[in-house]
Amino acid sequence: MYTETVIQHFTNPHNSGVMENPDAVGVAGSPECGDTTTLYLKIKDGVITDAKFQTFGCAAAIASSSMFTDLLKGKTLAEALKITNMDVVKMLGGLPDAKIHCSVMAEESVKAAVDDYMTRQAKNI
Amino acid sequence: MIYLDNAATTRVRPEVIRAMVGAMEEGFGNPSSQHGPGRAARALVDRARRQVSGLLGVAEDRVLFTSCGTEAINWVIEGVRRASPNGHIVTSTIEHHAVLHAVERAVEQGMTATYVSPDATGRIHPEAVREAIGKDTCLVSIMMANNEIGTLEPIEEIARVCRDSGVLLHVDAVQAAGHVPIRAQEWGVDMMSISGHKFGAPKGTGALYVREGVVLPPLIVGGGQEKNQRSGTENVPGIVGMGMAAELAMQELPDEMARIEGLRRRLIAGMSQVKGVTFNGNEVYHLPGVVSMTFRGIESESLLLLLDMQGFAVSSGSACSAGAGEPSHVLASIGLDSISARGTLRISIGRENTMEDIEALLAVLPGMAERLFALSPLVRGNQ
Repeated sequence: MYTETVIQHFTNPHNSGVMENPDAVGVAGSPECGDTTTLYLKIKDGVITDAKFQTFGCAAAIASSSMFTDLLKGKTLAEALKITNMDVVKMLGGLPDAKIHCSVMAEESVKAAVDDYMTRQAKNI
Repeated sequence: MIYLDNAATTRVRPEVIRAMVGAMEEGFGNPSSQHGPGRAARALVDRARRQVSGLLGVAEDRVLFTSCGTEAINWVIEGVRRASPNGHIVTSTIEHHAVLHAVERAVEQGMTATYVSPDATGRIHPEAVREAIGKDTCLVSIMMANNEIGTLEPIEEIARVCRDSGVLLHVDAVQAAGHVPIRAQEWGVDMMSISGHKFGAPKGTGALYVREGVVLPPLIVGGGQEKNQRSGTENVPGIVGMGMAAELAMQELPDEMARIEGLRRRLIAGMSQVKGVTFNGNEVYHLPGVVSMTFRGIESESLLLLLDMQGFAVSSGSACSAGAGEPSHVLASIGLDSISARGTLRISIGRENTMEDIEALLAVLPGMAERLFALSPLVRGNQ
């Protein structure tokens, strides 16, 4: 039911775990099934230099977060916000229809992390 | 492949297959026919009825064959509804959907129902059943063993409560039959449903015991088979298979119960070493082979997938498949929140499993759990 790429990202997730002293943290959840994901970013001069994640969810949710964090590195915040869950689904070689919603959470965690970054920056002004 | 999902279904036993092949090759006649081949097929069905009645501990002429456990259950609930269209049913919150949905339909059609809750180990207390029985109650339907957590219910005591109150008792013994001793008649059970594929017979076989004196209107009418109670030409090979499986299960029951309980204990002892794992069900009253464990913070689908890739077949407590991701009603009833329910795995040990299977599982499952725990934002210490 899952593609080879999904299985690879699920069995050996890239960038998983907690980050020490992140510059931004984004938490997102899926109201449909109660999944939750936490995204940690290191940001320098508006560019994402490192990304890590933790996910409570199915294989599709874990693989989506893994792929997302790969894509985020080296992107500006504006570029990061343009990546959609469907971009990630495509790069994963597709997800079963019932599992598409599991990839949305990863996209939302990026938005939440950028929001968090902006809030932190505002405090420094 | 190490198959540890025997509560979902079992492999058909070789002896059963042989008996069924014989029934198809030699016993192909129609049991209703008067001639030799017909009488031969009738004899096969009669023998299977004796074998199944032995497994349930009931008079041999009170067992009726059905197409599955679900049919038997629907027969009871719809049959009682037809006899008492405005009556009241007492059942529990942890029944199988075959019972719950049949009761829901009966309620839509004018009956009323009360759902008794179990305690945190899944036990339904006879006193709770007694309290739920009212003046309009015409049926109590309680399962003998829960399919998700393996808890055994005090059927003998519940039967006494029902007898005191003059209410019929139906027992869904689908998960129990062939795995623990059953004395339905001695206990005073009025009706009992079973399914063949849970104990080594093929799918598409079931049976209903109806105590002498209880009249259940037939749902399927036609040629008048099964004493005019359940029409349709008998599934002779399936019936023969279920009879053989019943006889084998009964012969092996004492030894197999002890052996499988040993495997269960080893599995629980091994998994108890893994931080963050808890067990569901009742430590004393349980099916020998069912182990329900919760990995709080992990989604069981992830574990299921990793195990499948390593050649282990197990089951999850509840799955997020259609996006709705409804947590199991059984796990919710024993007090698990949705995060725990979603991290619950059911491992069900059967007669083909050995200690080597359990050791092989214990060699991989703890590591998988640790990896997934490390990935979870819900596990304490990970934040």
